[in-house]
Amino acid sequence: MQKFLKLKSIPAHIPLMNIDTDMIIPKQFLKTIKRTGLGKSLFYEMRYDESGKIIDKFILNNEPYNKSKILIAGKNFGCGSSREHAPWALLDFGIKCVISTSFADIFYNNCFNNGILPIVIDEKSIGNLASYSERKEEIDIDLEEQKISYGNNKIEFKIDPSKKKRLLEGLDNIGISLKKIPRIEEFEISLKKDKPWI
Amino acid sequence: MPKTLYDKIWNDHLVHQDDEGNALLYVDRHLVHEVTSPQAFEGLRMQGRKVRRPELTLAVPDHNVPTTDRSKGIADRQSKLQVDTLRDNCKEFGINLFDVNDKRQGIVHIIGPEQGFTQPGTVIVCGDSHTATHGAFGSLAFGIGTSEVEHVLATQTLIQKKSKNFRVNVNGNLPAGVTSKDVILKIIGTIGTAGGTGHVIEFAGDVIKNLSVEQRMTICNMTIEAGARAGLIAPDEKTIKYFENRPMSPKGENWDKAVESWKKLFSDKDAKFDKEVNINAKDIEPLVTWGTSPQDVSPITGEVPDPEKETDLDRKTAMYRSLEYMGLKPKMKISDIKVDRIFIGSCTNGRIEDLRLAASLLKGKKIASDVSAMVVPGSGLVKKQAEEEGIDKIFKNAGFQWREPGCSMCLGMNEDQLSSKERCASTSNRNFEGRQGRGGRTHLVSPGMAVAAALKGYLADVREIN
Ligand code: SF4
Repeated sequence: MQKFLKLKSIPAHIPLMNIDTDMIIPKQFLKTIKRTGLGKSLFYEMRYDESGKIIDKFILNNEPYNKSKILIAGKNFGCGSSREHAPWALLDFGIKCVISTSFADIFYNNCFNNGILPIVIDEKSIGNLASYSERKEEIDIDLEEQKISYGNNKIEFKIDPSKKKRLLEGLDNIGISLKKIPRIEEFEISLKKDKPWI
Repeated sequence: MPKTLYDKIWNDHLVHQDDEGNALLYVDRHLVHEVTSPQAFEGLRMQGRKVRRPELTLAVPDHNVPTTDRSKGIADRQSKLQVDTLRDNCKEFGINLFDVNDKRQGIVHIIGPEQGFTQPGTVIVCGDSHTATHGAFGSLAFGIGTSEVEHVLATQTLIQKKSKNFRVNVNGNLPAGVTSKDVILKIIGTIGTAGGTGHVIEFAGDVIKNLSVEQRMTICNMTIEAGARAGLIAPDEKTIKYFENRPMSPKGENWDKAVESWKKLFSDKDAKFDKEVNINAKDIEPLVTWGTSPQDVSPITGEVPDPEKETDLDRKTAMYRSLEYMGLKPKMKISDIKVDRIFIGSCTNGRIEDLRLAASLLKGKKIASDVSAMVVPGSGLVKKQAEEEGIDKIFKNAGFQWREPGCSMCLGMNEDQLSSKERCASTSNRNFEGRQGRGGRTHLVSPGMAVAAALKGYLADVREIN
């Protein structure tokens, strides 16, 4: 997994609440057996019309937003299915950070397993950042400092220390957990005794 | 200290917990399907890792499988590749698979309980958000992403933070025509699609107690639609009875031991919940959704809401967008909405009791001539049971198509899809834009309400079927 340290980009703003995983990556793209290549299908039904032609007015189809690394969206982002294809599609498109007032649980977790930083901030801060998106100005994200800077302003954000560490170091969870095998074995021994039917 | 049911199962599965509250949770049962697993197996292969406890994982292809004659195999090249990949992976890593032509094949959340693979008090995970379904048996069950599937395969554990405790009490008597589908739609309509975020919801109260275990599954199934991590219902005599003699249920002396431990699975009397909501059964009517979020519910006797009356600006924008997508006008009567398709099936309402109920209402009648309707049983065994009871004939005689088991038009990954602007009364769980096919319009309903719509050709009141 790639490390996440700092990020600078003009953010793209999609002012919709409840953006669900079917919107982020529709089911016809779930048939892949790979993690890559989904970027061109991100937000497919909003990006292309029924004949597959690009819809001009959709923000990610336009300069400079087609190169945005930061997405700003309405509350409850990522609700719906557990499909990790959603963060894979965002990442493949180039988005490494999503900012919202709230996220759905499974999506939020999935981000950290893919080196994407989901940031929760309040409604007013979203408004401030959205105006930077509109003016096509860059914002800066510093994970170590837990700060978003825009112009001369700063927004601080909260993040779980262990999740932060994983992003900063690009750590693989499985590797970490495999170090705990002796504890897992111990657990399994008592499980076998207490609940032999498992 | 008094504990909730969630607290008890959680504590029972803690392998390790660090100072920040990150827990390593033991996973007793792992379900796998073809869509969210290929990249996990690929990850194991790339790192040279093995599956730690292959016997605790059960795999089944369900999302991509055709629901028509399967003797010719899967026509869609990509769907076939995914199903073939699952087969190869199961073989390579030694995992039990119910393959496409196995009579036990079906939707992952239906076959788990059916086989007794699902059990009370266990931690169950699957790369699928509707894993919450298994909570109906008092197991802590939730959906995970593919990286986590890989983590479970490699370690039989999962890294988790504990959620908060939320209890929803439903008390009173359910009015005629109201089913567990309406109960859960009412709950989602009340607390909203993000109402349960960060929580595990325990459903309690006499209405829940009086439901059959299959009806309880419908409630837990849609817990994720309220944003909660998992839904839970304390097991009782009905639950225990359900697991008697299932193929993978504990046997002999182990059965007695298991039952003894299952009886301890309840929230203590004074257990603390971070949040609690009470719903009175008499306030629940047969419901339908009018929008593109499961919280957009209305009684069948009601009207499409007017976004102008909404004070929250974001919500207002979302409502206008929904209405435009759904092709509906504010204030029109719900019963004036004409439907083209009917879908009875999915892990929400594809079980034998759902089919029995629908068939009892349909018996001897014909569906509206301009409606196309299909039933997709949740598993091969549900299908077989229904055929033994003659339920398939009732459906077929009424004009329904009787299909092979799978997810089908719940999400339309196979060829069962709505075309653009087609409107469907569906017993599934999601009415998101494009969920059942690009441009397709979904109204979520109970099986009885699906039959009412099929007969009338409009969204209709199940209480008016005579
Ligand atoms: S029936 Fe629908 S909700 Fe259930 S597992 Fe299949 S696709 Fe998911």
